[in-house]
Amino acid sequence: MSIQLDQSRDLLRVENLRVAFGPPKQRREVVEGVSFTLAAGRCLAIVGESGSGKSVTARSLVGLTGGDAHVSADALAFEGRSLLGLRDRGWRALRGKGVGFVLQDALVSLDQLRPVGKEIAEGLRLHRWGTRETRRARVVELLTQVGVPEPELRARQLPHELSGGLRQRALIAAAIALDPPLIIADEPTTALDVTVQAQVLDLLAQTKERGTALILISHDLAVVARMADEVAVMRAGEIVERGPASEVLARPRHAYTRALLDAVPSTHSKGTRLSPAPPSPLIREPAPAAAAPVRDGARVPVLEATGLVKRYRGPDGITRTVVDDVSFELAAGETLGVVGESGSGKTTTARIALALTEPDGGQVLLNGGPWTAVPERRRRARRRQIGVVYQDPLSSFDPRWSVERILLDALPEGGYPGAAQRRARIGELLEQVGLEHEHRDRRPLQLSGGQRQRVAIARALAPEPSVIVCDEPVSALDVSIQAQVLDLLTDLQAALGLSYLFISHDLGVIHHMSDRVLVLNDGKVVEQGTADEIFFSPRQPYTQQLLAALPTLAREPRDLAEVG
Amino acid sequence: MSARGVAVRLLGAIGVLWAAATFTFFVQTLLPGDRATLILNQESGQTIKRTASELAPINAKYGFDDSIVGQYLHYLGGLARGDLGSSYQLHEPVARIIGDQIGPTIVLTVTALLFAWAISLVLTIATAKRGRVRSTLGSGFETIAAGLPHYWLGVVLLVVFAIDLKWFPVEGETSLSGLVLPALTLGIPLAGFIGQVTRDEFEKVLDQPFVTSARARGMGDLGVRTRHALRHAVLPGITLSGWALGALFSGAVIVESVFARPGIGQVLVSAANARDIPLVSGVVMLLAFVYVVANLLVDLAYTVVDPRMRTA
Amino acid sequence: MSAIQPSPALPVGGPAPSAAVTAAWVRSLRPGVILASLVVLFFVLAAIAPALLAPRDPLAIDLAASLRAPSAGHVLGTDQSGRDVYTRIVHGARQSLLIGVGATALAMAVAIALGFLSGLGGRLVDGLVSRFVEVLFSFPVLMLSLLFVTVFGPSATTEIVAVGISSAPGYARMIRGQVLSVRGSGYVEAARALGHSYPRVIRRHVFPNAMRPLVVVVTLGVGQSIVWAAGLAFLGLGVAPPAPEWGAMLDAGRNYVTHAWWLEIFPGLAIVLFALSVTTIGRYLQQRLEGGPAR
Repeated sequence: MSIQLDQSRDLLRVENLRVAFGPPKQRREVVEGVSFTLAAGRCLAIVGESGSGKSVTARSLVGLTGGDAHVSADALAFEGRSLLGLRDRGWRALRGKGVGFVLQDALVSLDQLRPVGKEIAEGLRLHRWGTRETRRARVVELLTQVGVPEPELRARQLPHELSGGLRQRALIAAAIALDPPLIIADEPTTALDVTVQAQVLDLLAQTKERGTALILISHDLAVVARMADEVAVMRAGEIVERGPASEVLARPRHAYTRALLDAVPSTHSKGTRLSPAPPSPLIREPAPAAAAPVRDGARVPVLEATGLVKRYRGPDGITRTVVDDVSFELAAGETLGVVGESGSGKTTTARIALALTEPDGGQVLLNGGPWTAVPERRRRARRRQIGVVYQDPLSSFDPRWSVERILLDALPEGGYPGAAQRRARIGELLEQVGLEHEHRDRRPLQLSGGQRQRVAIARALAPEPSVIVCDEPVSALDVSIQAQVLDLLTDLQAALGLSYLFISHDLGVIHHMSDRVLVLNDGKVVEQGTADEIFFSPRQPYTQQLLAALPTLAREPRDLAEVG
Repeated sequence: MSARGVAVRLLGAIGVLWAAATFTFFVQTLLPGDRATLILNQESGQTIKRTASELAPINAKYGFDDSIVGQYLHYLGGLARGDLGSSYQLHEPVARIIGDQIGPTIVLTVTALLFAWAISLVLTIATAKRGRVRSTLGSGFETIAAGLPHYWLGVVLLVVFAIDLKWFPVEGETSLSGLVLPALTLGIPLAGFIGQVTRDEFEKVLDQPFVTSARARGMGDLGVRTRHALRHAVLPGITLSGWALGALFSGAVIVESVFARPGIGQVLVSAANARDIPLVSGVVMLLAFVYVVANLLVDLAYTVVDPRMRTA
Repeated sequence: MSAIQPSPALPVGGPAPSAAVTAAWVRSLRPGVILASLVVLFFVLAAIAPALLAPRDPLAIDLAASLRAPSAGHVLGTDQSGRDVYTRIVHGARQSLLIGVGATALAMAVAIALGFLSGLGGRLVDGLVSRFVEVLFSFPVLMLSLLFVTVFGPSATTEIVAVGISSAPGYARMIRGQVLSVRGSGYVEAARALGHSYPRVIRRHVFPNAMRPLVVVVTLGVGQSIVWAAGLAFLGLGVAPPAPEWGAMLDAGRNYVTHAWWLEIFPGLAIVLFALSVTTIGRYLQQRLEGGPAR
């Protein structure tokens, strides 16, 4: 099924687009010869990891690359008119009227000090559309169109009074206000929960159905899969592969596209490696069945939580129950995934499990012994049994310390007789997490995001814990780096017999990593069971809704067969 | 603002005044030597030891024979009635002395604040993010201005514009033209200071996604600057102004001294020289009051500029 | 609501602008840093060995040469008693710098004590101490200094104590904020999760990280203290006149300002140059410490 681009007139034609930043002598090319065309009413998705140049490409289409950018192209034409050499006035006439632009993260993309309605009307006013009264009516009409309830009220409200989903809708309303033939959406759903993301994508799909062409910029292949007619995969400023979405996603020709697709953890990826890299060398053979703690002659879970409750008093004086009667068990050597949308209480649950937050009710047993119920003094010596890996590793390192110092600090006191042994142990830890000797003396700031997360994992491993709590450990990483880190965690578990309490908002990651899954919503456990039970036959409506909202990649049956 | 918000703010204001009063009272008690002796010696210009019979009436008059707690409560009670005690040196109620002298100082301070805002806003809009040369010039001026002490800037302005160029009267004038140099002296360092904060915020705002959004709707540079960025950029400066008003009042002491202008400054300096404790602490209390009022005004101004404060 | 700061990030210890504000400016003016270092070096040398830079006697009276305008013989002119202004400025550096350093040291000692007490103490201690500091902060430094001078009488020691104590609240606020932010940081929590004891966490993380920005603050503080102390002296509430001290020179020159401008302008310029140079260096250090590796 190929797409005949020439059948209709090209709305947008880009040939050999180049964008460079910086003063002439030290110019840095960010986009290196990008070409594509877009027909009216079609959707092109530009996919790539951070630094691939996808956002810059999008911005150069409306002349918003910024002051020190140098943009050149063999052709850059919109509706048959060349945009090359356009002056400020010309660009301004194009923006909003010809091309609507939707930025990511609507909270900061709307002016915090102005009512939402005014922001939407701004484009109308700038292009001299109607009178003040007709504009006001148009704003209400637009808000209704994008599915914002009580549009009159909402138009008068400030951005912070709206939820993330409503703000994103308002931003889309502002972009479609003048019915531009092209909408560019730059990561429109990145900060949103999966259910809200689905709604926003639906909205964009409706806009497209009304005949508006769409350029969708995203790092998320699954989001793209559902919307795009055509996909362009960018890496380091170049388009490495371009073609109809069904072709590119199902039968990628370029190795990078394939790696990118393989790296996405999902229902189908379970049990496979996500990254092309081989396993860590120190991981010799699978650990002998993890030594489960024993109590009264019976094996007990390494972590056992019963009836956890945590309440917080908000600034408005209202007390909210963030964790409401949560119970779970984590057996030796297994991974328990905890999944939920923002505000579901997953991080608080993790903190209680780490005994960093005192629960208001219930308790946690660690390796069969009381954990949260005893005073910190008595917990301190046992803290080495449970480690933690955070979402943002950088802030969890003392900025003054080198990697070696960070790891030294994490070695159990008295565990190693001499400096030589300690250094040897650090070498071993670095090797286990796939870092080089040269990283020892670096400071966290000098490492990449993936390397930092490896250091964080090494630090968690240093005291030889039996449990590691992973709180959104890969959420801040690009998909290929995420794949490496997830593979590393899997390898370490196999080699060291670790148990993971794995927190994530990403359903794909959770299914890939977990043996069993706990679904949280509003602080309550909605459902728990084995990963396959939850993902293939969810019983609760909430879980079903969550899974239905999840954008998925339709893979070739061949890939599915590998999973068995 | 809700009734609860108003109540909390008023309580806070009273708390600040009370704490300030307590602090000034206890600093006074730190005075080395006997206070009655100090007063008598000051009046006669001598430094001799006084007899008990000489000291008794003074102690009775100022309540020094009372216990510390008694004196403290008496002091607080007086403050609550607007009584700041009486001057050792001028034998007049402190409140009246201040009331007589405060007029020119208020005029000077408020004019300086207006100057400061005008200078810093013009500078920010004209130079922030307008190419390397312009913004370096703008921020260079601000850094230097913010570091200029009033006593030096005043003298420079006086020498150049009043003595050399004769554009303005040299000193002692309360006329409008006599106000220009003192107000500039007081306002320029503050302008540099507000300018730095405003520029910083302005430049940050211009990099914000919502500004890109506005541009993507077809808004031009001037529109972005005045309709979006300016409002955000003045917020930290407004917050600063509450604190700055107090600083301006104290700066006014020096400026009045440089230009020999009448006002609270002259009184204060001679009181400090004469170690007239009630008068100096009276002015300190006045400043605490100015600070409290200024911050209430800041809250008000904030509500006008930032609509979030109205709904919050 | 995140954009609103209910308690504003007020400048450290009075009119010293915040970190990021001039970062761009500093970056664009590297030669400025070199120039500033030279100025500071000059004054430090003047404080240690004034005779090297100005061989004349700062107290030598020569009534025949009184109130001379700047000329080749007296580059910065002479005062009412015919003393050489340049010589007096060079010889005054020691006293002025001592006052600046002394006041800053005192301010820091008080501020560190209050800041750590507040930042590490419980809710009650923090509440009390930080309210107290907040109220003191509401008074301009000059006002508090005046109160101290009134109570203790003018002298160099009073000047140091007055400026030191009066500028402490600003620094205490900053240190408290720093301690609180380090205490709430991810790495302190990570250390807790590793089972390290509270004293060890304070010793290894909180203390060094909270003290880190103080290098800069101390630098800025010395310049500011000199400016404030000279302000007191200008009002006639500082060191007694004949001694060569910048503030005292300003005070003495006030009566001659209409016909001998150099008596006011040059000592003041010394103060301004020194303070500005120290500020420039402080900002530069700050930028280096924030951006790059620390050790």
